[in-house]
Amino acid sequence: MIMNTFEINDLDLYYGDTQALKSIELVIPRNQVTAFIGPSGCGKSTLLRTLNRMNDLIAGVKISGEVKMDGADIYADVDVRKLRMRCGMVFQKANPFPMSIYENVAYGQKAQGLKDKFQLDSIVEEALRKAALWEEVKDRLHSHAFGLSGGQQQRLCIARTIAMRPDVILMDEPTSALDPIATARIEELMEDLRRDFTVVIVTHSMAQARRIADKTAFFLMGELVEHGDTEQIFNAPQDKRTHGYITGDFG
Amino acid sequence: MFTNDIKDRVLTGMIWSSAVLTMAFLAWILFYIVSNGLAYVDWSFITDNYTRTGDEEGIWPMIVATLYMVLLSIAIAAPVGIMTAIYMTEYARPGSKIVKLVRFCTEALAGIPSIVYGLFGMTFFVVALGLGFSVLSGGLTLAILILPVIIRTTEEAIIAVPISYREASFGLGASRLYTIRRVILPAAMPGIVTSLILSIGRIVGESAPVFLTAGMVARIPESVFDSGRTLTVHLYMLTTELYTQHDWNMAFATATVLVLVVLGINLTTKFISNKFSKATY
Repeated sequence: MIMNTFEINDLDLYYGDTQALKSIELVIPRNQVTAFIGPSGCGKSTLLRTLNRMNDLIAGVKISGEVKMDGADIYADVDVRKLRMRCGMVFQKANPFPMSIYENVAYGQKAQGLKDKFQLDSIVEEALRKAALWEEVKDRLHSHAFGLSGGQQQRLCIARTIAMRPDVILMDEPTSALDPIATARIEELMEDLRRDFTVVIVTHSMAQARRIADKTAFFLMGELVEHGDTEQIFNAPQDKRTHGYITGDFG
Repeated sequence: MFTNDIKDRVLTGMIWSSAVLTMAFLAWILFYIVSNGLAYVDWSFITDNYTRTGDEEGIWPMIVATLYMVLLSIAIAAPVGIMTAIYMTEYARPGSKIVKLVRFCTEALAGIPSIVYGLFGMTFFVVALGLGFSVLSGGLTLAILILPVIIRTTEEAIIAVPISYREASFGLGASRLYTIRRVILPAAMPGIVTSLILSIGRIVGESAPVFLTAGMVARIPESVFDSGRTLTVHLYMLTTELYTQHDWNMAFATATVLVLVVLGINLTTKFISNKFSKATY
């Protein structure tokens, strides 16, 4: 059993001529919550999207270096679709498909060719339970997903990801479009998620990182400035830029 | 402030009157045609055959020929057009040579006067391929004619599908084809159906490219290799021989049916498209 889910070595990423990530070195431990923090444009979302190769969708992206998941280089040895099944992603704005709640959760498994209704039913229920949404929607699984509130839609997107039974859940500012109560529900949920998954979350809110993350990595202008245990990053930062950011001098 | 207020009112007034004017023209044309023609549209007018001697003056063969023409052209052009649009938006690299070439071709096609299509259809399908004056020749010619519309509008409909749907689908490890089939096409379906409606309107409305390729024999085509006269061609033929009030009445009656057929097709396609987009829920 490898202790670290991801090992990132000397990773550079360019959008055309602009360098968005500069020689990143980082390990992301298994079954923990790792938070990426830093001001807008610091590269934290870009790094998150290299972990499931979502940057492949953008034209003109160049990557060098190594990203290993469970020891295998995801840019060389791993099939991109298998990678994305193992590394689910939750986006900044809840993006359910224009389908029923049930179809949204079953989508990924159906895309893999699973047709058995009984199996699908149990996967959907399990995923909705793990996403703490089952009690709210069990009586209306076949109504349209757009009828849910923003917070429910985001939990639906989490359920949709869980239904793939991934190892990792990547979250790109999942609560930035939600009100405080919906945010609190998702943060509660993340407490449970860490038992089954490795969670990597990008967040603008330092308070959120502090509440939910075991490890925190601080980024600035494409560089990884500092990373370590969340407690240490917030209470005893080694770099003065980290100190400046978390005490609110800039950002 | 005062002058701004007046400007505002004047502009609002102009916008309103433009909208009203547009509707008024439509209403006027519809009223003019229907009020002059509807009195002569009865059951036998619709279901009777047509003979040049004037024994029978029905338009049933023309209605059938028109429907054949619509079905055939759409059946040929829709798959080709929609697949081209999918290729252009989902598979080809944006700005690649092939995309530019296809775009140039569709734009060039869209700019050609329809009678030139007729001439092409006559020399190529009718003569060179030996299909003769037939529904098939006409359908193929009209298929080329509507292809640019279908490609362009389908492309726009696909591009309008939010990128977040694609991200969500790819993020779950779904393949490109599955994403297109389950997410992108259903979301783009209303736009695609709109493009088909526009195309049907075009097919029903064209006359020159039709009689140059499908001929103008006024009886029900027995197969796609048979000649046929569409409603529009029939109306054109009638208007070349307007001698008596009765001829005028027959022309207006035909025009009335033509307008109602187009209206009917629009409503049916809208209905089908609603079903389509609900089917994915």
